[in-house]
Order: sequence, then structure tokens, then C-alpha cells
Amino acid sequence: MSMLNKLMLSAVALGASGAAFAGNGAVADEFKWMTFTVFGVIIAITMAITFWAARSTHTTSEFYAAGRSVSGIQNGWAIAGDYLSAASFLGIAGLISLYGYDGFMYSVGWLVAYITVLLVIAEPCRNIGKYTMGDILAFRNDPKKTKTVAALSTITVSTFYLTAQMVGGGVLIKTLIGIDYEISVIGVGILMLAYVVFGGMKATTWVQITKAVLLVTASIILVFLVWSPYGFSLPDYLQAVVGDADVQKQVAKLLGDKAATMTPEELGQRFLEPGLFLKNPIDQISLGLALVLGTAGMPHILMRFFTVPTAQAARTSVIWAMGIIGGFYVLTLFLGTGAAMLVGPDKIASVDAGGNMAGPLLAQFLGGGENSLLGNFMLAFVAAVAFATIVAVVAGLVLAAASAMAHDIYVGVIRGDHATPKEQVVAARVASGIVGVIAITVGILAKGQNVAHLVALAFAVAASSNLPAVFLTLYWKKCNTTGIILGMIVGTVTAIGLVMISPNMTYPKAVIASANKVLNGEPAVPAKEAAPAVERSSFMCELFAMEGCVLAKPAQAASAEKPAKPGAAEKLAGLNAKLPTLEADLARAATPELKATIEADLAKAKKDIAAVEKAKAKAEGDLAKFEGQTTSIMGLEKPFFLLKNPGLISIPLGFLLVIFGSLFTRDKRAEEMWDELYVRQNTGINAEAASAH
Amino acid sequence: MSSSNFNWAVIDADPKFQALHRKKTFFLWGLMVFSIVYYFLLPIGAAYYKELFNTKVWGVVNFGLLFALSEFVVAWVIAFVYSKKANAQFDAMAQEIINDVNSGRI
Repeated sequence: MSMLNKLMLSAVALGASGAAFAGNGAVADEFKWMTFTVFGVIIAITMAITFWAARSTHTTSEFYAAGRSVSGIQNGWAIAGDYLSAASFLGIAGLISLYGYDGFMYSVGWLVAYITVLLVIAEPCRNIGKYTMGDILAFRNDPKKTKTVAALSTITVSTFYLTAQMVGGGVLIKTLIGIDYEISVIGVGILMLAYVVFGGMKATTWVQITKAVLLVTASIILVFLVWSPYGFSLPDYLQAVVGDADVQKQVAKLLGDKAATMTPEELGQRFLEPGLFLKNPIDQISLGLALVLGTAGMPHILMRFFTVPTAQAARTSVIWAMGIIGGFYVLTLFLGTGAAMLVGPDKIASVDAGGNMAGPLLAQFLGGGENSLLGNFMLAFVAAVAFATIVAVVAGLVLAAASAMAHDIYVGVIRGDHATPKEQVVAARVASGIVGVIAITVGILAKGQNVAHLVALAFAVAASSNLPAVFLTLYWKKCNTTGIILGMIVGTVTAIGLVMISPNMTYPKAVIASANKVLNGEPAVPAKEAAPAVERSSFMCELFAMEGCVLAKPAQAASAEKPAKPGAAEKLAGLNAKLPTLEADLARAATPELKATIEADLAKAKKDIAAVEKAKAKAEGDLAKFEGQTTSIMGLEKPFFLLKNPGLISIPLGFLLVIFGSLFTRDKRAEEMWDELYVRQNTGINAEAASAH
Repeated sequence: MSSSNFNWAVIDADPKFQALHRKKTFFLWGLMVFSIVYYFLLPIGAAYYKELFNTKVWGVVNFGLLFALSEFVVAWVIAFVYSKKANAQFDAMAQEIINDVNSGRI
């Protein structure tokens, strides 16, 4: 254990020495010591958990499944801790703060997903599974073939999700406290490896529980502070939100020309109405399908059901998870709208364009603002919870990928299930180490890359490949090896292939065009006459950019001529020219009131200059990065598949191919084992028992 | 994987197991279909029934917001209904089958 001690010390030291790398983040330099103290305390707690868990992690069942001794309630909290990733905790609050209703609507699918988990997956998996998804598929099918495919799919899904988490985590920590991206990624990686390698599933479970409790506590405190001034009345509170000038300004900005004819009240009310962010209902349904069916196929979620002693405990754990996850998303409605009203969408987007800083900035505001001790303590606390979130989610993913590698591939396929118990544990630890190092490497290599689509892709692959296979092998007698292999491969390839040609990828032409707009301005647009609505030519045209397709367009009212917009250089020259005049005015100002007004103007002009300079630098960077390129990595100038999420096509395809493959081949073993599988999944006879202690 | 101590085909054919299978299938599919339909009403309503969704019903609170909140309530109610039914009925039925198997009646 001395190595563990050393690791603990170095991890805490990493937290403390972080100050040396401090650049600029949301936390002011003078308060950074406090952030690092809070980080240090949370890291120390999780390390203590790991130390305690490591003492009882010796067998394979202990390493992968915490000895099946986690209670239903504990597992419910751990599922919530595993699931509420930084994307859902910071991301959804951010979406609500910038786009209102649509952000909240987006959160619903993440909870509804658990109904599938509860009704069709959790209990059967507990009753017939052992450590991995591969075990479930191998029950009545060819073990070596299905374990190989299941392991490949598990590793694919985990790697996509892991990369998104590592990159998101690195950026988040840099934005919050200014630690270098690479150091954040390595720090997250080392901590997560310590939990997984030494403490296995037990340490991972308790780190997830700790994180979920911290997250829920922090959110309840923030919501209490936001909502209590309105006597906990929903209409009164939302009345204040829609009446807020910042919120109205944001809606006007999002609506563009259409906002011209709206009153401030209408603009505010629009914040609570759909359509500011999610504009394509077919894409939403596609995403909804991927969420609702993909969650139940996520290997790190499936794996959580092997940690409880019985199917009843698995049921209890989903019920608790649904209470915690759903309750949390209801709280984000208040966090998001509260941040919009109190901090302002402009400021939130200026720190992070995706809105990820809404929660942390709200905490800082509620504690007393940027220069207050309490405000910065609260910011530090929320930042530390975000950090704990990333390591907890990453630990769960690494464990899932490592179990596929060690248990399915090495023990199941290479050693033909003849490995000694000791060998299995060593294989599990070595595989965790390998996956961890891969995660860190990929995280560093993917710096600055567009990874937002990877989370959606992970869910789409899980829904198109894992879920059809698991679902049909559990509930359909005729399902067999050929069907599963065919369905999983086609489901995965279709999901990935469609995303590669979707709007999620970077298309240099569009990037270059928008960069040029920033730098050179836009020419004047002549006045347009009213145009009638256009009908789309066919449904397929909503999905693919085919020749001769006409997309639906609502009727357009006549619009007046729009003047040309200046480029960045022109804007800067104009703003800079204003400065000497304002400064001269300030020197001459007679009354304190006048002085204050001019000072405010001056500050605004300086802020505008900084914003234009930032946009200009970004546009120049983009131009340099994509110079000479005209196509995406797939050789396309613009997306061919028009949805951001492939689920609508790849999920039915995955199901269909499992069915076809099974119908056209016969597999005696799959049929013979059906009775046993069906009786066992419903009764729990012969289920893997909890270990003695 | 197979263990020869049990004759699975006999248990599967037992009337008690068949009764459990029928009850569970009917109940689970019913809840599953209802929950998926109810969930997709949200994006469909938001896209195609804008006027209804934008109707203010409680101060500034509109129908769409209440409907989104109702999605949470409905998900919790489904979870509650299922766990009630499973705890009270399915578990007892499964336990009876297990007892029959252990005592050699099946």
C-alpha cells in the first residue's frame, strides 16, 4: 500500500502546486488558495475512500462488482453520480441560462431513459449477468464470438464518452481556475487511475456516491438562495425572470430581426417558450430515441447492476437513481433561469460560449460576487464538485472498458475461461492501467478538437448496437449469435458513419466564411419582398442533402434593406477613436454624476474593444488553421446527413439486423439455453451471489 | 454456464411460471409503450402545437412548461407503480416458483 500512499501525496501536491500554473480563470488570483484548499479536501476524502476500499478488493468479484454488496440505495446514488456528468450538470444549466425552455426540454430525455433501464434491463441483467455486457450476450450464444463483439462495442462506446469527458474536463478546469489543459487532464487521469486500480468497483462506487451527494447539496443550496426571495412561488419567480432586462436582451439577440416588432414583455415571455435552441423536431426525436434506448445500453450503467446483491436491490437502485436524477434536473431549471436573471446570458457566454459556467458563476454571484470571500468560496466549492464529477464519471467508464478488455477478451476469449482467480485480478488491474493511460493520451491529443458530438455518438452506438443485442437475447427466443454479431456491427458502423457525414463535423468552408465575415464585415442586403411558405419535396430530404431537394420554409414577411456590417478592423478603429474623446470629456466633467456616466461609457468601450479583439484573434486563428482546406475529414464540403443524431436510422437498423440474422440462421445452443435464460432472468434462481463479507 | 441440477424446460412450462410470464409481459409492455408515447409528445407538441404550448395558464407559467414538468412526474409515477406491482406481486410469484423448485415440486 505504500505506493498508494505516495500517489495520495502526489495527488494532493498536484492540487496544491496547481497555483504555480495559475493563468486566468473565473477565480481571481487572490482567492485561488481557497479553491485549491477545497479541491485538496475533496481529493483527500476520495483518496481516503480508495485506501479503505483497497483493503477489501482482492477477488475478481470484489474488483468488478464490489463483492455484490452495494445496497440498493447506495447503488442508486452511485448511478446518479455515474450519470450526472459535467455535460449534464454544467451543460444543461448552461443551455437553460442561454436558451430558456429548450434547455429544460432537453433534460427530460435523460430521466425518461431510466424507465427503459428499470422496466427491461436492470433486473434481468442482475439475474443472469456476472461482470460485463459480454457475459449477458454469451449466456446463450457463442461465448467467444459474442464476447469479442461485445467487448469491442463496450470499448468503442467508453472511449467516445471518455474522450468527451477528458477534453471537457480539461477545458472546464482551465476556465474555472486557469490550470493548464494538459496538467488538468493528467491530474484527472492519475486520480481516476488511483481509484480504479487500487480500489476497483468499491472505491469507484463510493467516489460516485460522494460526488452525487456533494452535487445535490450544492444545487439545493443554490436553488434555495435563488428561489426564496419569491416565497417559493413558481409564477412569481418566473415573472421576475421574464421581466429581467438581460433575459429580454438575450431573446432579442437570438431572434434577430423578428425581435424588432416585439415588446419587452413578449421578449421575456418568449424565453419560456420552445424554439430558441432546438429548431429541428426530427433531430430532437432522433436524439430522444438515442437517449431513451442508449442509456440502457451504456456499459458503465449496466455494470452498476452487477454490484447489488439481488434483483430487488437493482430495482430499488433505479428508483432512487430516478428520484435523484429527475430531482436534479428540476433544480437545474432554477439554476439556469437564476443564472440568466442574476448573472446575465451575456456574461455567461463571454466566459464560455456553451454556457457551461452558468452554475459556477451563479454560485459566485449568490455568495456576494466576484470580489467577496464567500462568493469565491462558493465558486470554489462548485468548481471542486465539477472536478469530482469528472473523475467519478471517468472512473466508471475506465472500469467498464477495462472489464471488457480483461474479463471478456483476455479471460474469456484468449484464455478460454481458464484463468486462475489471481491471474484475473492482475489482468483487471493491468487493463485498467492501460485504459487509463489511453484516456490521458487521447485527452491530450484531442486538445482543441471538436468533441461535442462524441457524447451523442456514444449514446447512439449504445442504442443501435448494445441495446438491440441485449434486449433481444433476453426477450426473444429465436435470437442467436449470427443476429447479434450482424446487428451490433451494422448498428455501430451506421451510427459512426452517419455522424462522420453529419453537421457535427467541422466543415472548413463554413468556418472560413464566418471568419471572413468577422474580419471583413458583411455587404448590405437589399430589401426583400414577402415570400410564401415553401413545402419540402419529400421526407427523405429532411434526412439527407440529396440532389433536387427543397427544404420547407415558413412564409417570409417583406423586409427592409439591411445596411452593410463593418469588419473587425473597422470596428476597432471606430472604438479606439472614441477613447480619446471620452477621456477628454472625463477630464472636463464638472459634476460627479456626469463623471460617472462617462466612466461607464469608457468602461463599456474598453469592454467592446476587448470583445472585438478576441473575436478577431479567433477568426484569424481559424483562417490560419483551415487555410487551403475545403472539405471535412470525410471529403465533404457540407454535411450530407442532415441530423445531428443518427439514432432515427441506426437504431431501427440495429434491431432489424439482429432479427434478420437470427431468422436466417439456426443456432441450437441459443434455442436450448432459452428456457434456462428466461426462467433465471425472471426468478433469480442460480444468480451470482453476494460475496461473504 | 448450464447447470444440470434444474430442469429449466419443466420450470418454464409450469403454470405458475407461465402466469408470471403473462402478467409481467402485459404490464411491462403497457408501461413501456405509454412512457415512450408520453415522452415523444413533448418534442412533437413543442414543434407542432406551439400555440397550445405558449398558452399562459398560471401567471407567466405556460402549458409547455407545465407539460415538461409533468414528464418528470409521469416518469416517477411509472417507477412507483412498477415497483409497487413488482414488490407486491411479481416477487411473491417468483418466490413461490423458487420454493416449488427447491422442495422438488417442479
